[in-house]
Amino acid sequence: MIETDLLIIGAGPTGLFTVFEAGLLKMKCHLIDSLPQPGGQLAEIYPKKPIYDIPGYPVVMAGELVDQLMEQIKPFNPGFTLGESAVSIEETKDHCFIVTTNKGTKHKAPSVAIAGGLGVFTPRKPPITRLPEYEEKGVDYIVRDPEKYRGKRVVISGGGDSALDWTVFLADVASEVSLVHRRTSFRGHLDTVDKVHELAQQGKVKLVTNAEVIDVHGQSELDSVTVKIKGAEDLNMECDHWLPLFGLTPTLGPIGDWGLEIEKNAIVVDNATDYRTNREGIYAIGDVNTYPGKLKLILCGFHEATIMVQSAFKRAFPDKKLSFKYTTVMGGVGSLE
Amino acid sequence: MSADIKITVVDREGLHHELIAPTDMNMNLMEVCKSYELPVKGTCGGMAMCASCHCYVESEHELNEPSDDEEDMLDQAFFVEENSRLGCQIFIKPELEGLSVRLAEVSE
Repeated sequence: MIETDLLIIGAGPTGLFTVFEAGLLKMKCHLIDSLPQPGGQLAEIYPKKPIYDIPGYPVVMAGELVDQLMEQIKPFNPGFTLGESAVSIEETKDHCFIVTTNKGTKHKAPSVAIAGGLGVFTPRKPPITRLPEYEEKGVDYIVRDPEKYRGKRVVISGGGDSALDWTVFLADVASEVSLVHRRTSFRGHLDTVDKVHELAQQGKVKLVTNAEVIDVHGQSELDSVTVKIKGAEDLNMECDHWLPLFGLTPTLGPIGDWGLEIEKNAIVVDNATDYRTNREGIYAIGDVNTYPGKLKLILCGFHEATIMVQSAFKRAFPDKKLSFKYTTVMGGVGSLE
Repeated sequence: MSADIKITVVDREGLHHELIAPTDMNMNLMEVCKSYELPVKGTCGGMAMCASCHCYVESEHELNEPSDDEEDMLDQAFFVEENSRLGCQIFIKPELEGLSVRLAEVSE
């Protein structure tokens, strides 16, 4: 069991800055994030995009802002549980919370700050009604162990890096690889695109372009997919596996079932006090919350985090007095280490 | 000079909505739909990075060409047709008077 003073769910910019503000109050933090790296959307979706509304930075790349935040919180040595998503929460008799991840990791803290942004990033699933019946029975949205496909007939869908990379890799592993894509051109790294075309010319990969998989078939395991091709008849492709690789999309996920008041996919909080939810000891900050006049901005998340940690302090240390001090007066954060 | 234009949006239930959109506020179609509380999430905030504003353009208007980012995102969307666009990349301007679009199904 990981024990900490403040448990933060979500390691995006708001979650990371929470560590700083909590650190100033000498609170120890631990962060959980479903992604394998900190930074949330900034690192996962748009690391190379510029942001213009961070005070003091006329422009900063999203990825660079994450790096700077990590540097800023380094003195406070936060703990991380990465690549795992928070699934359940239970309240203990001593008014603490135990949060368990999908991999069974348990975390205990007197307060929980949900800084979950848009939610948990999960694979984008094609809207085929019967698809869920074939999940793990031929249909995989993520390639975990490429050996699984050795000697098998594999159909891959998608036109991005992930679809192209696995097409190239599995060409030497699977008995047959077909790549189905809605256009004739591919995005992704140029050399990978070239490699895919080369493999297609050598007959090692079958390219099916201007096409999309529209249905799945099989008794209990997948045995074929229907491919719709522009200007041609539907094609039935026999296969053992279908890998729809269409990127990741965020959903609120299990947090939606934690007994918190939800409005339009966001957690309702009291912005007049400390961004508390309807459950005492659970707060929601950043893009994941909503209140009258809410703006989904990084800088608003920073503010919410700062206010919230004051209350979290009182829960962590009910007998201690909270004193407010400017970082300048402290002489930097070094004095707190 | 600020002219409003009229846009027709057909939602996923087939209902027609007549929207009035200002042309001088630097808005895109996703934002206009959201301001009318139509079921368009706009998850990524308009960066052409989520496809939750995927729609079909049903009128004959000349639109700005889709950028590489938009094409890339459409590669990850479903039910993509010849007239598919991301609403967030359709910028509201006077020439779009009478534009008609239909919202695409969104897969979660």
